[in-house]
Amino acid sequence: MLWQDLERFGRLLYPLQDFERMHRALSRWGSPSSVDFPAVNVWLSGDTAVITTELPGVDPKAIDISVVGKTLTLRGSREPEILKEDESYHRRERWHGQFTKTIELPFSIDAGKVEAGFSGGILHMNLPRAEADKPRKISVKSV
Amino acid sequence: MADAAKETLKKEAASQEKGELTRQRRVFTPDVDIIERKEDIVVIADMPGVDEKSTDITLDKNVLTIYGRVEAVVPDKHTLYISEYGIGDYQRVFTLTDEVDREKIQATVNNGVLRIVLPKAEAVRTRKIAVTAGS
Repeated sequence: MLWQDLERFGRLLYPLQDFERMHRALSRWGSPSSVDFPAVNVWLSGDTAVITTELPGVDPKAIDISVVGKTLTLRGSREPEILKEDESYHRRERWHGQFTKTIELPFSIDAGKVEAGFSGGILHMNLPRAEADKPRKISVKSV
Repeated sequence: MADAAKETLKKEAASQEKGELTRQRRVFTPDVDIIERKEDIVVIADMPGVDEKSTDITLDKNVLTIYGRVEAVVPDKHTLYISEYGIGDYQRVFTLTDEVDREKIQATVNNGVLRIVLPKAEAVRTRKIAVTAGS
């Protein structure tokens, strides 16, 4: 059935949609939770995903990126400024502490080919789709 | 899936302090720490995406303006799938209450963090006054 197929296709494209809708409904009641930190932008093409996230002031060596199947996990931390005795804050708005972020992509990632770069406080990751996960073209032979 | 409601972590500037921009782009308010030290005041701002060339700092009388330009990098042939943060410039304006030695202001940008050191002018530095016992 065409309709069923369309529906299935839609679900495949947006597996996070239901979760996000729920999350948004929940987060409306409380303050923005730290679960979401850091915010990410994800771009997709047929066989690669590009993920960027803003992590100003974080030591790139201390960012831990791990990939398992479709799931990417980012871990890291930022140290607070250490003040001396006669120093005081007028304002303190910047975040510090540890973060963990998990992102689920619509396809499996080839963990060996993931590239990550860090410049100007922005982490940029290039995640190629795993060969085994790519759609295969089946040629039709005339009999 | 581009969803503005989810962009809770970055605060968009409510209004343009210096009128509208000619180019249509978003402007965010960077998070800052301001630390008062004995000899100076340190302003630290999180401005991911800016570098030393794209940051303007001006001090007009006692109004300190920070402006950082960010060029959005969109990957070729990709479509946006999840958008949790917006990309735009940064602006923040502060009125300084202390007298600042404007010749000696220093600013650095490292890993998207702007750090401005504003040395206090000689006259406003707190001096320790020795109290002598009267006879």
